[in-house]
Amino acid sequence: MIKRVRVALLALLIAPLLSLSPAVAQDAPSGPAITGTLESPGGEGLAGVSITVEGNGFSETVTSNEAGEWQVILPDTGAYQVTLDVSTLPEGISLTSEDRAVTSATVISRERPKRIGFPLVEGDAPAAVGGGGTIGGAGFWGQAAQLTVDGLAFGLVIALGAVGLSLVYGTTKLVNFAHGELLALGGLLAYFFSVLVGLPILVAIPVAVLASAFLGGYVQNLVVWKPLRKRGTGLTALLVVSIGLALFLQYLFLFLFGGRTRILPGFAGQAGINIGPIAVTPRDMIAAVGAVVLLALTFWWLGKTQSGKATRAVADNPALASASGINVEKVITTVWVIAAGLGGYAGIMFALSNGVSWQLGVQLLLLIFAGVILGGLGTATGALIGSLIVGVFIQLSVLFIPSELKYVGALVVLIIVLLVRPQGILGRKERVG
Amino acid sequence: MDWGQIFVISITAMVGSTTIIYALAALGLNIQFGYTGLLNFGQAGFAAIGAYSVAVVTATLGQSLWLSIFIGLIGAVIFGLILGIPTLRLRADYLAIVTIAAAEVIRQTVRSVSLNEYFGGSDGITGKYAREFYSFNPFDQAISWGPIQFNSAQASWITVVGWVLIGLIVLLTWLLVRSPWGRVVKSIREDENASRSLGKNVYFYKMQALILGGVVGSLAGIYWAIDAQSVQPDNYSSRFTFFAYTILILGGAARVFGPVVGSIIFWFILVFIGESLTQLVATGIIPDTILRSDQIGQVRFMLVGLALMLLIVYRPQGIFGDKRELALDDR
Repeated sequence: MIKRVRVALLALLIAPLLSLSPAVAQDAPSGPAITGTLESPGGEGLAGVSITVEGNGFSETVTSNEAGEWQVILPDTGAYQVTLDVSTLPEGISLTSEDRAVTSATVISRERPKRIGFPLVEGDAPAAVGGGGTIGGAGFWGQAAQLTVDGLAFGLVIALGAVGLSLVYGTTKLVNFAHGELLALGGLLAYFFSVLVGLPILVAIPVAVLASAFLGGYVQNLVVWKPLRKRGTGLTALLVVSIGLALFLQYLFLFLFGGRTRILPGFAGQAGINIGPIAVTPRDMIAAVGAVVLLALTFWWLGKTQSGKATRAVADNPALASASGINVEKVITTVWVIAAGLGGYAGIMFALSNGVSWQLGVQLLLLIFAGVILGGLGTATGALIGSLIVGVFIQLSVLFIPSELKYVGALVVLIIVLLVRPQGILGRKERVG
Repeated sequence: MDWGQIFVISITAMVGSTTIIYALAALGLNIQFGYTGLLNFGQAGFAAIGAYSVAVVTATLGQSLWLSIFIGLIGAVIFGLILGIPTLRLRADYLAIVTIAAAEVIRQTVRSVSLNEYFGGSDGITGKYAREFYSFNPFDQAISWGPIQFNSAQASWITVVGWVLIGLIVLLTWLLVRSPWGRVVKSIREDENASRSLGKNVYFYKMQALILGGVVGSLAGIYWAIDAQSVQPDNYSSRFTFFAYTILILGGAARVFGPVVGSIIFWFILVFIGESLTQLVATGIIPDTILRSDQIGQVRFMLVGLALMLLIVYRPQGIFGDKRELALDDR
């Protein structure tokens, strides 16, 4: 009985978030569109709620249907403002806070409608704090500026993963196909601590980063990789092991977590702050600053500290490093912990804007590889620069190709780079075969 | 619990079309990885090229099935060239990354909404486009042989053709690896620089092995498309490749029959576990709180991942392989 109650409480806690996740498939609209589904925390569709979409001299108000679905067909892509009329919400349902009634939406795709969710709860919400922002400028250059900023943020996510992958590769020569799962782990742990445990998001994120550094770095190295190094398992075999591990972890995450994409709480659906033609949400700004700080700390550690120097020595020549008194195993453990911490934060940063699912790692792994190879396998600086380029390239490419194909473009570029400059941008010109 | 039924389903799966598809994919990998030591993680891409050639050329363009099969095989050759030219001169891990990326490029391209009219988006292409093949069907009813029961005459026919195809490829592999060509690619696997120092054009041999294995991989896709008369993009995700690797290593890499035996055992175990768990959950022996029926597939995939890790570490030569034949080391 007590268990039932606990489950019910948990469901109440999770329900508002579920209402944000992509739900039903709708008929594809012709042309750009904004769409969404309004559901009560209990999962029932909310009918008759009116929603207004404005921007670029266009304005339309629609009401949601019986299933809570609504859709606005737009004249063109660009930035729009979506307003939910709070007074039309049914009795007993309200937004988590009044300022969530206004959201900015940048519509890029002509094929796939942009989904907008509103965080709904039962009962009354606290009073409004402020209104929504105004709309960012559209047009080609406005969009390009916006996409460059988005691309840099996405590049930071890739870079956090790529630097970790590069560090592990540098010290152990392991090409880790399970690195994406470190990102998924971070995102899932953030969801676990913020939603299931109930910590405030700003506390949950550092806790999740530490937990993924411990679980994904220290424990993973201790349980999987250290025994294999002791056995003297060959590098090709290790690569295959990492693939088995990736497969195992993905389905373990699916088993524990289910197939839905979940939204992290706290920051969802913020209104953007406008700087010139660019709209950035405070959430993304805080997340990006965190990423820059973590990367700066990593490079400082690598360049200036004793253990960072030892790491570079091991990467250069493990036998020589060991002979000169460096504890190679200790260095490798440190590297794993740092890589997992960076990867965990990358996963959280991605989850903050895109939600977290068990497939988060698979989605990002190949882009991380692209960043690493573009910069030159094994150099941390190269990984950083390569990743930023990949991120900006991916976002800017949607100006010219459908946004669903943007990852394809990045992977094609990866193959072309290998053709002309296999050592990458910063890699030393040496024979790699 | 109906153990009889579980066994019949599992044993039928041992010879069924899924076993054939993965055996073909693993036979291709055996030429690439087992004999030549190439880490091709894009076998799903080769298979997708075969499958989509069949579906697009017949269903979308309305051409003959035989032409579509030919195009699928040529497509695999071209794909192999595109992958091989930049990467075969580089270290093995580059080939791994590029092949897995290229396979993903193909999957995401064919499932994209903007190319819906050609490839059918995420739903793929379904239709009766393999009529030409089934018009040769000599069976007028489903055959059954001991515990093995096929659903239809059509399933019986495609299964027989599949095993004949496997037989031919096994024979071809056997002849190839006994030939001078086979000795050269094995020497490349053992020590690339040694064979280079003997004047062998290593790059050329690796390219031939990559293309040959890729063509066999595309046959897996062609076979799948004809068997199911439907192609779906997400069947050709990297999971397909990883399963094929597990099968290859399970049966024994660098053994002519390794992939075939591996596929039979792999699918027997996987179907057996799946069916047993389904019945255990359905009859309530395993309560819902521990395992729900929709989680059985996930448990099976976790076991595959675990099996791949344990096999490569503790028994890299698989069940029938020879440890001396496959000393996986730095490449």
